[in-house]
Amino acid sequence: MDIISSALHDAFSPFALSFVLAAIGLNVHFGYTGLLNFGQAAFCAVGAYAMGVSVASFDLPLIVGIFFGLVASALLALVLGVPTLRLRADYLAIATIAAAEIARLVFSTSFKEYFNARDGVSGFTRGFRDINPLPDFNGQFLTFSRNDWWVMTVGWVLVALTCIFLWLLMRSPWGRVLRSIREDEEAVRSLGKNVYSYKMQALVLGGVIGAFGGFIGGLGLASVQPDSFNTDFTFIAFTMLILGGAARILGPVVGAVLFWGVLSGVGSTLARLSSGDNPIIPPDLMGSDQVSNVRFMLAGLALMLLMIYRPQGIFGDRKEIALDAR
Amino acid sequence: MPADATPNPTPTPEAGPTTGPTTGPTTGTTTGHAAAAAALAQVPSEPGAAKPDPIVIADNVKRSFGGLTAVDVEHVEIQRGVITALIGPNGAGKTTFFNLLTGFDQPDSGDWSFNGTSLRKKASHKVARLGMVRTFQLTKVLSKLTVLENMRLGATGQRGESFWAAPLKFLWGGQEDENTVRARELLARFKLDGKEKDFAGSLSGGQRKLLEMARALMVRPELVMLDEPMAGVNPALKQSLLGHVKSLREDGMTVLFVEHDMDMVRDISDWVIVMAQGKVIAEGTPDSIMADERVIDAYLGAHHDVDITEMEREIEQEHLEYGDPMGDSAHQPREEEK
Repeated sequence: MDIISSALHDAFSPFALSFVLAAIGLNVHFGYTGLLNFGQAAFCAVGAYAMGVSVASFDLPLIVGIFFGLVASALLALVLGVPTLRLRADYLAIATIAAAEIARLVFSTSFKEYFNARDGVSGFTRGFRDINPLPDFNGQFLTFSRNDWWVMTVGWVLVALTCIFLWLLMRSPWGRVLRSIREDEEAVRSLGKNVYSYKMQALVLGGVIGAFGGFIGGLGLASVQPDSFNTDFTFIAFTMLILGGAARILGPVVGAVLFWGVLSGVGSTLARLSSGDNPIIPPDLMGSDQVSNVRFMLAGLALMLLMIYRPQGIFGDRKEIALDAR
Repeated sequence: MPADATPNPTPTPEAGPTTGPTTGPTTGTTTGHAAAAAALAQVPSEPGAAKPDPIVIADNVKRSFGGLTAVDVEHVEIQRGVITALIGPNGAGKTTFFNLLTGFDQPDSGDWSFNGTSLRKKASHKVARLGMVRTFQLTKVLSKLTVLENMRLGATGQRGESFWAAPLKFLWGGQEDENTVRARELLARFKLDGKEKDFAGSLSGGQRKLLEMARALMVRPELVMLDEPMAGVNPALKQSLLGHVKSLREDGMTVLFVEHDMDMVRDISDWVIVMAQGKVIAEGTPDSIMADERVIDAYLGAHHDVDITEMEREIEQEHLEYGDPMGDSAHQPREEEK
C-alpha cells in the first residue's frame, strides 16, 4: 500500500510538476518543430533564478519576479536562436547543451551575493504562501503539506491551461507551419513562410513554458539550487516526452506522471525486497543502498524496450512513425 | 510573422469559371502556344537574347564552389507567359541556377530581378511571396501531413499563421475554409481528390510530383519553376503531367523547367535555354536548338533527331532508366560528365 501511495506522491508532486512543464516546453521544441534543445534545464534555471533573486535580493513582489523570469527565459531563447536557427539542427543542440552547463556553473560559482553558490536562492516564497486560500490543517493530508497542495493546485491548473493553449495553437495554421518545418524546412520556405521566424517563435514559447517549470519547482522546494538543473534534468524531460509520445498535447504530461510514478514505485519495491534481516533479493546481488541507482538502470532498460516495441510512445500514431521507414 | 494579407493579383485558374475538369491534361493548347510563339518569333536564337516582355532578367550571376564555377550566367531573360525549358548535361549548373534565382543559395556576384524587383539577397520565402515558386528535383512533400494539409500550407497571407491570432479560430476559420475550397479544386484538377485524407508520405512518387505542383499553385504564383518534373515518373503519368504544365500557361502563368526528357522539351516548351559548364551556351525555339551544332556537341549527341518508332519507345520505357534524353544510349553514348 505504501508503495502505491509513494508512487502517487512522487507522480503528482511539485517536483514532478516542474518536469511536466519542462517536457511540455520540449514538446513545442522537439515534438512539433523538430528543434533539438538539449538545454531545457537552462530555461528552467534562468526563469527560476530570475524569479528567486528578484524577490529574495531585491524585495520585489513575486509577480514582478515571475515577469522577470519569463523575460529572462525569452531572452535566453533569442540569444541561443539568433546565431543557430539559420544553421543545421545540430548547431542548436550543441549551443543549448553548452548554454545549460554555462548557466549551471554561473549560478553555482559567480555572483555569490545573489546566487549563494551551491546553497542556492531561498526566501522568496512568502508572497506565494500568503495567498494560499486552502483551509489550515496541521501536518499532512494525503502525504502532502498545505504548501504542497497550494503549489500543486496552481501547478496543475497551469499545466491544464498550457495544454489548452497549445491545443488551440497546434490545430491552427501556425501549428501546421511548425509541423511542416519539423519535416522539411526547404519545402516550407519555398511556399513563402519565414521559417527562421517560426523556429524562433517556437524556441521562445517552449523556453517560456520551461521557465514556468522552474517557477513551480522553486516554489515547491522553497529554494532554487544550481544542481537541480544539471544535464540529467533535460534528459529526464526528454525521456518523459518520448515515453508519452512526442507531438501529442498530453504526451509529456502523461509521460512525466508515469515516469515518476513507476520510478518511485520500482524504487520502493526494490527497497522493500532488499531490506530486512532476510531480504528476498540476496545482498550479494543488490544491497538496499543501491536501490536508487538500480531503479535508474531499470528505467533505461524500460526506455530501450519502449523504443524497440513502441517508438511512438503511449499516445503517438504508429502510422506516422511508419512513414519514416519509407 | 507572415501576417501580411496582401493577395497576389496574379490571374489564377480559380478566379474565374475555368475551374474544374476544363483544365484537364488534354485541353487544347494551340491558343497559348500560338500566342507564345508569336511573342518569341522576333527573338534571335542566341545566348542572352532580349525578350519582348521578360519576367526574369539575370545579369552576371556567378556561383563557385571552391575552385569549381558552377554557374556563370552573363545575361538571360525569361519571357512572360511562355514555357521555357532549361536543359544541359548533368553538372551544367541548372539546379544551382534555380537555387540562386529562388534565394535558396547565394551567388558570389550578380543581380537578377523578377517583375522589375531586384531579388539580390532576398530570402527565399520573400521570393516565393512575390510570386516565384519552385518545386524540387527530389520531391519535397510533407509526408506526415495529410494531402489536404499539404495544400493548405501553400496558401499565402494566412491570418492564422500569426502566433497571436492562431489560438482564436474565429479570426482565421473563414479564410481557412476558403483555402480548403481552393485546395480541393486544385486536388480535383490534379486527380488527387480521392487522396485528401491520406498522409502525403503514402503517395507514390508520381503522385508526390503532382501534389508538389498543386501545392505550389496554392501560392498563386506568376512564375512556376519546376526542377525535373518528369524524373522518375511513369509514361502514363508523364502525359498527364505534360498536360498540367501546358495548362499553367493557359492560365496565364509563366513556366521555367529543368528537364532531361527531350521529348517533353520538344513537346511543350516555347523556348529553350541550354546550359553547359555553368554558362548559357545557346537559346532558341526547340527546333532551332535541336539543330544547333554546339548543343549537339555539348549535350544531345549526333543522332538525337532520329525519330524513335513506337516499338523503340516501348523498349526504351522497359529498359532504360529515367533522365536519359533520347533513350538510345545503348548504341550512342552521350557526352556527359558524370
